[in-house]
Amino acid sequence: MSLLTTLARLQAVRSGHAEPLATVRHRHLGERPLVLVPLATAVEDGAPLAVLLGTDRTAPALHFVPQPLNRERRFEFLAALADELLPYLESFGTEVELVSGSELDPQTGEKLPITRELCADAPQLIVPNSGGVRHLALLGRATRFRRTAEDPDPGPYPAPPRVPLLGRWLTHLTERAQVPGSSLLLPMTGLLARHWATGQSHLEDQQLGAQLAWHAPPAGWTGPTGAAAAEFVETARDEHGQLHHPPAGPATDPRFDEKRLAPAIARYDAALTALRHAEGTAAAAAAQQALQRSVAALRERLLGVLLPTWHDVWQGLDLLRTLPPAPHVAERWESDRWSYTGHRDRVAAGEPPQPRLDDAVTAARKLALREREQVRLEVGEALDDPLAMAERRLAGEAFSGLVTEVVAAQDTSGKTAKPRPLLTVHTADRPHAEPGREVHRAGAPKSQKAEITAVDAAAGLLTLRLLNGMGRGKEPEPGSVPAVGDRVTFTLFELTPRQSAPLPEPDDTPWTHGGPPAAAQNSTATSEEWA
Amino acid sequence: MDALLSQHGGRSEQLGRRLAELRGPVAPRGLDARALAALAANPGCRRRAVLDAAGVDKGAVAARLGRPAPFGRSPFAIARGNIFEARLKADGCAALLEPLRRHLGLPPGEGEPPAVPDLLTSAGPAVRAARTAEALAEAVEASQADPARWTLLDHPMLRLSVAGAPAYLEPDAVLVHGGRCTVVEIKSFPVLDGSADPAKVGAAARQAAVYVLALQQAAEAAAGRPTDQADQADQADQADQHPNPAPGPYQEQRLPGSPELTVLLVCPRDFGQRPTAAALDVRRELASTRRQLARMTRIEELLAALAPGTSFDLAPDQAGEPTRPAEELAEAVASVPAAYGPECLSACELGFLCRAQARAADAVTQLGRSVRAEFGELTTVEAALAAAAGTLEFADEAADRLHHAARLRAEALAEARTRPEPAPTPAPAPAPAPAPDAGAAATPPPPAPTRPATQAAAG
Amino acid sequence: MTSTVSLLDPTTTDPGAAADAAVAAILDATVRPAPGAPRGVVVDSPPGAGKSTLVVKAAQELVGAGERLMIVAQTNGQVDDLVDRLASKAPELTIGRLHSADARPAAEALRHPNVLAGAKVGELLGQSVVVSTAAKWQWVKEVEPWRHAIVDEAYQMRSDALLAVARLFERALFVGDPGQLDPFTVVGTEQWSGQSYDPSNSAVVTLLAHNPAIVPHRLPVSWRLPASAAPLISAAFYPYTPFRSGTGPGDRLLFPTLAPDGTPVDAAIDEAAESGWALLELPARHTVRTDPQAVATVAETVRRLLERRLVARSEQGRAPLTADRIAVGTAHRDQAAAVRAALAAAGVPVDGAAGPAVTVDTANRLQGREYDVTVVLHPLSGRPDATAFHLETGRLCVLASRHRHACIVVARGGIAELLDDHPATDPVQLGAAVRIPPGWPEEVGTRLIPLLERVGAQFPDGWEANHRVLQELAEHRVRFR
Repeated sequence: MSLLTTLARLQAVRSGHAEPLATVRHRHLGERPLVLVPLATAVEDGAPLAVLLGTDRTAPALHFVPQPLNRERRFEFLAALADELLPYLESFGTEVELVSGSELDPQTGEKLPITRELCADAPQLIVPNSGGVRHLALLGRATRFRRTAEDPDPGPYPAPPRVPLLGRWLTHLTERAQVPGSSLLLPMTGLLARHWATGQSHLEDQQLGAQLAWHAPPAGWTGPTGAAAAEFVETARDEHGQLHHPPAGPATDPRFDEKRLAPAIARYDAALTALRHAEGTAAAAAAQQALQRSVAALRERLLGVLLPTWHDVWQGLDLLRTLPPAPHVAERWESDRWSYTGHRDRVAAGEPPQPRLDDAVTAARKLALREREQVRLEVGEALDDPLAMAERRLAGEAFSGLVTEVVAAQDTSGKTAKPRPLLTVHTADRPHAEPGREVHRAGAPKSQKAEITAVDAAAGLLTLRLLNGMGRGKEPEPGSVPAVGDRVTFTLFELTPRQSAPLPEPDDTPWTHGGPPAAAQNSTATSEEWA
Repeated sequence: MDALLSQHGGRSEQLGRRLAELRGPVAPRGLDARALAALAANPGCRRRAVLDAAGVDKGAVAARLGRPAPFGRSPFAIARGNIFEARLKADGCAALLEPLRRHLGLPPGEGEPPAVPDLLTSAGPAVRAARTAEALAEAVEASQADPARWTLLDHPMLRLSVAGAPAYLEPDAVLVHGGRCTVVEIKSFPVLDGSADPAKVGAAARQAAVYVLALQQAAEAAAGRPTDQADQADQADQADQHPNPAPGPYQEQRLPGSPELTVLLVCPRDFGQRPTAAALDVRRELASTRRQLARMTRIEELLAALAPGTSFDLAPDQAGEPTRPAEELAEAVASVPAAYGPECLSACELGFLCRAQARAADAVTQLGRSVRAEFGELTTVEAALAAAAGTLEFADEAADRLHHAARLRAEALAEARTRPEPAPTPAPAPAPAPAPDAGAAATPPPPAPTRPATQAAAG
Repeated sequence: MTSTVSLLDPTTTDPGAAADAAVAAILDATVRPAPGAPRGVVVDSPPGAGKSTLVVKAAQELVGAGERLMIVAQTNGQVDDLVDRLASKAPELTIGRLHSADARPAAEALRHPNVLAGAKVGELLGQSVVVSTAAKWQWVKEVEPWRHAIVDEAYQMRSDALLAVARLFERALFVGDPGQLDPFTVVGTEQWSGQSYDPSNSAVVTLLAHNPAIVPHRLPVSWRLPASAAPLISAAFYPYTPFRSGTGPGDRLLFPTLAPDGTPVDAAIDEAAESGWALLELPARHTVRTDPQAVATVAETVRRLLERRLVARSEQGRAPLTADRIAVGTAHRDQAAAVRAALAAAGVPVDGAAGPAVTVDTANRLQGREYDVTVVLHPLSGRPDATAFHLETGRLCVLASRHRHACIVVARGGIAELLDDHPATDPVQLGAAVRIPPGWPEEVGTRLIPLLERVGAQFPDGWEANHRVLQELAEHRVRFR
């Protein structure tokens, strides 16, 4: 946690209210995000219990598994989830724009012009917390290799047809969520914590309700926002020992499991058994009704613990929409659109599901992508948001100040003289600046580099020589050199991320990394026991 | 520790009396391996050290003081653990033996089954521990005589002396083969594609390290050597071989029946109930467990700092309801300093209580332990905010940095307030070419204007 | 572990002979590999064990055998140093210094007639040896692979960098110090941790995991570290791969020309001159990183080291302790900057461009460097708590193993208590500690320990290593006020 964030948290401790950490919104928010609140049961790791989802805050859809250990019920749940989620995910695949680019011809090495489709928009899933992201990743892993009745060899437990496809999409979204700045799948706790500081720790912020208690008083709490309100969310229980504000999942409160969920599941089991015994008898209709009642009771109990979180997520979206979007958000969202389009194309091309484990080359590529996007995100945020830039200034990686003097000067070493004006900047910042260090001007009309020529730390004066971005003439183009009295910001970091080095194709994996990956590892042939 | 006990037997008795006074007339909460491993979670906390040493029911204390611990275990999770272990133990441990054979390098399948001695699991802990020691000695001897022979001790009972008092520990299983034994730890979290939740594996490793330590004590006792002397003997051996005078903390005990420093973790594989075994090197955890237990003997120093008559007795009435006045109890608890951090909320029954106290005291640690590093000697929110505002009388380096940070924050917020309109989107980057490879998931196009990263990693 | 001990039984053999035998075996394996031998040779080199000399010798022998080779180092500074050393020690080689368009090589590298610099590899293919950074090599295309490569500081190279350059050579000699800082990344890599090809692993770990036939060689003797330091550094940071010092007690002497002035700083200097170590301890206090008092004490120590005109006597002769033979090591950049400012204010030269100067840098940047005397600001000094960063064994190992004569550590009191209070709740990755390569999934037991030794010094726990060093330092403590 940086000192500036800590300072904001201290202020929030004092004010009892969340304090801003950003002046703009740094993540894309779509017009039609899909909110998804998943619950898991403790019977098995990642075993789904329920999910509440939808794009309309007034009309969420609930799907649940009445008996989490029953494979068939689980498949029904997954099929229903697929039927709900896949149309949403696929609906963004039809409207495209055409983008022209070029591609190297593998034979001749020539650059050939090509046109590619880029989906005009992409889906966006919002889950309550990072546990939700992990749960979706587990679901993706559990389902993408499943064989279905449509496969030539369906195996003993074929899954409903669209379930593996759901798994591939969930895998794609959760993988993409690892990329810094990406917005296809976002946890609300992380979104809020990026933009506001609460007066509690990062650990306590992981509980969505407790974090929101610093923005608005939670339901059932009559006091002000702040620590007491958060503690109310964390601990307050009703006369039955149930939490007023259930945790945002995926794990449920053990007391809920014990007192509410387990009995309801037991009643469902009993009703099911009774129905089996009653089949073909006069009692069948009554048993059927009893079963339906037990399902309805489960539904009601699950809704009871899901709805508060559902409202919390939408409340979080409302808060985020009060911030104007940061300028670089569109650029990052375009990367997300490429990612979405790419997966759409791979599915359409009939490619196999993502492997269980990455091979060496794929892992290295992903790491390179994440590192590059991390740099791009940090630079973009700093340029978009004075609070983000303040972080870099405090770290000595940038400085802002007023231009106190501009001396025209030229470099006459070449054939034609080039403008190399000297700028003196007065700053109260404390950059790690030494003479000879290259710096970059933030917010310049064109990208502009300068070299530090002198530092007078005591007086807060830095002298810089501008090196480019002034046009081709002998004199700088108008407006390209700051004037006396202008406020300027220079960074010690580059404002354009560097390209990652090329890596071999997986089939060319060198001996140092074990040679090309064995094909067997990624096959879907092994059947997995589940439930 | 045995040596320590024998040396300071009288003092130890005194210590026991003092701890019993603190606890009150109820049975102490026993130290099991999980509790011992948890000591490592916050070794700087005196409150926890004292209450744990005295065997006080911290959960009951927290509840009496109005901040009950929110811990509980879902019946589903308990069922899951039981189901997995039952599956392993079914048909004469058929499912469990397969991965164990592989680990020991025994021929798979039809090879000689292990001996599974009766360990009197329904008897009391002292009897069980004695029976285990006997069975262990027999198994070690048998395995030394016949290299193909192996023994599975199912739920043995081990004794570990902790700060002079015996703690009884029950590992899931211990394997004896080739004159050495191996701790087997059964956990119900899955190993998915070869990896498992690192936090859970870490906890399992610390727990297993406690068993390894107990088995080391057992091997020493069987060899007729008290702990400390054995260490010294090992040191002497080492000194003969090494130019380095002192041994490393990771040295291996080599006595008959010494435990391997690699334990076996048996977990369900992927999404099923089929077991898989993973070897886990616990040398690090063993070293830190030794450290923590050695510290337990320092409890006397902590007790000396308590006011005479201090007690955490809840004075339960006949129905078991506490009658001790809450204010009195709160005072007793407050007299032992805590080292609160937000991690405590999920690790200690007193977490919420200590948080409330940290908040009431305006301590900066309510925001996390790491924030202290930024603040030097500023320990309260009040002082830190005063430093930020520049109104602190004594301004040191930390205060100066905070003041500087506050200036930057205020400036940035002011700048945003005067921002005219949302800044126009910068000129769109030239349309990037899509990534040519379809294989790598989630590959967006390379960002448009880039240069080779030749220097990025250099210099 | 027994095998390691007997392999390295240092008491019976003369250090020179032991080191020579190790080098001869390495050169044989590199230049004259047996048929069917693995394509890689790995050499673990503890601090100052003659890694650079080995690289020069290997280059000479390979070129002498009619081969051309490429050399991969990790930073431009390392490449320039290596080029300078190769060019001076082996004038018969022709050396190409491949560099990027926007970073000119250092003058020391270019001053030799047998060095040619270029930004395009095509211009350098005529040279017998071409040297560059891993980052630059990754961009080299359309060349015939070299038959031989040397990868220097291989433990600081990331696995993904090796993946990108391995296509450029058929065989390679990997040399590095496993006890120094591991490579790192700022983004999440949890999904690969424990896997043999985790791209953020060290290149050597990946290489060994995938090539089980490679048995690392070891350089068993540190020529840099004095007899006072080698046993401690070996025990604390290389518990499974012990080494010894090449010189004996009394071979390295350090004496001040001027008498002490009675201050703790001078007492610490005298203690360090006498015993090779000193702990200059300030009163316990929680401070920010750039603790002004600690910084001032470090600066004062360096100033007095120069003022008292120390003389260093070693197997290389007698020499005055000049500014360029002293380094100050810190954990953080801002600490280094503060020390530099304090030294400059005290009139001590810190700008290398203007003549002999004291080096002040972080552990990361001091890796691979050597000085006569080092002054170290202890990473845990004044901290209210320890973090993984501050406990990282590599950091302390680098800081405590740069010196030929003596190391003076400046710290606030209370570090022992701080270590005692440090929680041991580290997560554990399956496979991370034991690093079982694919294909050996369940074969554990007997084969585990050798594998652990292969990744050797990456294992020790930061707490143990810190405690060990502190224990030794406590014997050489001088308290401030």
